[in-house]
Amino acid sequence: MEQLFFVIFAGIALIGAVNLLLRRNPLYAALSLLTTMAALTGLYIMLKAYFIAVIQVIIYAGAIVVLFLFVIMLFNIRAVERQTDRRGYLKWLALPFAIILIGQFLYIVRLFEENPTPVGTEIGFTEAVGRKLFTAYLLPFELTSVLILAAIIGAVVLAQKE
Amino acid sequence: MVTEAMWTVLQQVPNQARTWQGFIDALLKKGINDFILLSFLLFAIGVAGVLTRRNILIIFMSIELILNAANLNFIAFTRYWQMSGRLSEHMGHVFTIFIIVVAAAEAVIGLGIVIALYRNRQTVAIDEIDLLKW
Repeated sequence: MEQLFFVIFAGIALIGAVNLLLRRNPLYAALSLLTTMAALTGLYIMLKAYFIAVIQVIIYAGAIVVLFLFVIMLFNIRAVERQTDRRGYLKWLALPFAIILIGQFLYIVRLFEENPTPVGTEIGFTEAVGRKLFTAYLLPFELTSVLILAAIIGAVVLAQKE
Repeated sequence: MVTEAMWTVLQQVPNQARTWQGFIDALLKKGINDFILLSFLLFAIGVAGVLTRRNILIIFMSIELILNAANLNFIAFTRYWQMSGRLSEHMGHVFTIFIIVVAAAEAVIGLGIVIALYRNRQTVAIDEIDLLKW
C-alpha cells in the first residue's frame, strides 16, 4: 500500500517536473511546479514530517508559486523561445557530467544498501520541531529574520519606480 | 524499491536465472533509496531546466525545483536515521525550514529583479539581457 502511494506521488512529482521543463508558457510551468510541490507534500506525510508538509503547502505552494503567478499575470509575460544555439559543442559536456552524477548516485545507493528500517516513533510534529527550533537552533532562527528583513527592503527598493 | 530493484539487477547480471525474481523481490521492499532516486531525478530535471531554458522565470522555477529535491533528501535521511544516533532527530526538519525561508527570500529578490528588468528592457529572455557582456 505504501509502495503504491509512493509510486503515485513520485510519478505525479516527476510528471510535473518534466512538464515544467517542457512548457513554453511560464504560466503553465508555474502550475506544473505547483503540481510537483503538492505531490512532494504527500511524500513528506509518508515520511512522517507533518509540519514540513504543512509548511510546504502554505509557503511554497501558497506564497512562492502564487508570487510567480502574480508576476507572470501582472506583466503579461508570454513565451519567449527562440532557439539560438551558438555554442553547440558545449552540449557534449553534458555526457561526462551526467556520468559523474549517476556514479555519485549509485555510490550513495550502495552505501545505504542495508536499508535501516524506520522505527515506529512518530517524529515531525509541530511541537517537537518547534521545540528544537526555539532551543537548539535559536540563533539561526533569529538570523533568518534578519535575512527576511533584508529581502523585504531589497524587494521594495528593486520594485519602486525611479 | 525501484533503486533496490535496479541494484539487484546490476548485481545479479552474472547469474541470469534469479534476476527477475530478485527484481520482483526488491521491488516489494521499501527503502530510503527510492527517495534518493526521486530527489536525484528532480535535481537533474532542475539542472536541465536551468541550463537549457531561456525564460528567466522558468529558470527561477527550476531553482525552486532543485531546492525541493534537497528538501526531500533531508526529510528522507532524517526519517530513516532518526534512531541510529548519528544524527539529531529533527536536524533535517530544521534545515528544511531554513531552506524554505531562504527560498522565499530568494524568490522575492529574484522576482523584484525580474520586474525591474522587464520594466527597463521589456524582455525576460536571458540572452537578450547582455549589457554586462561587453
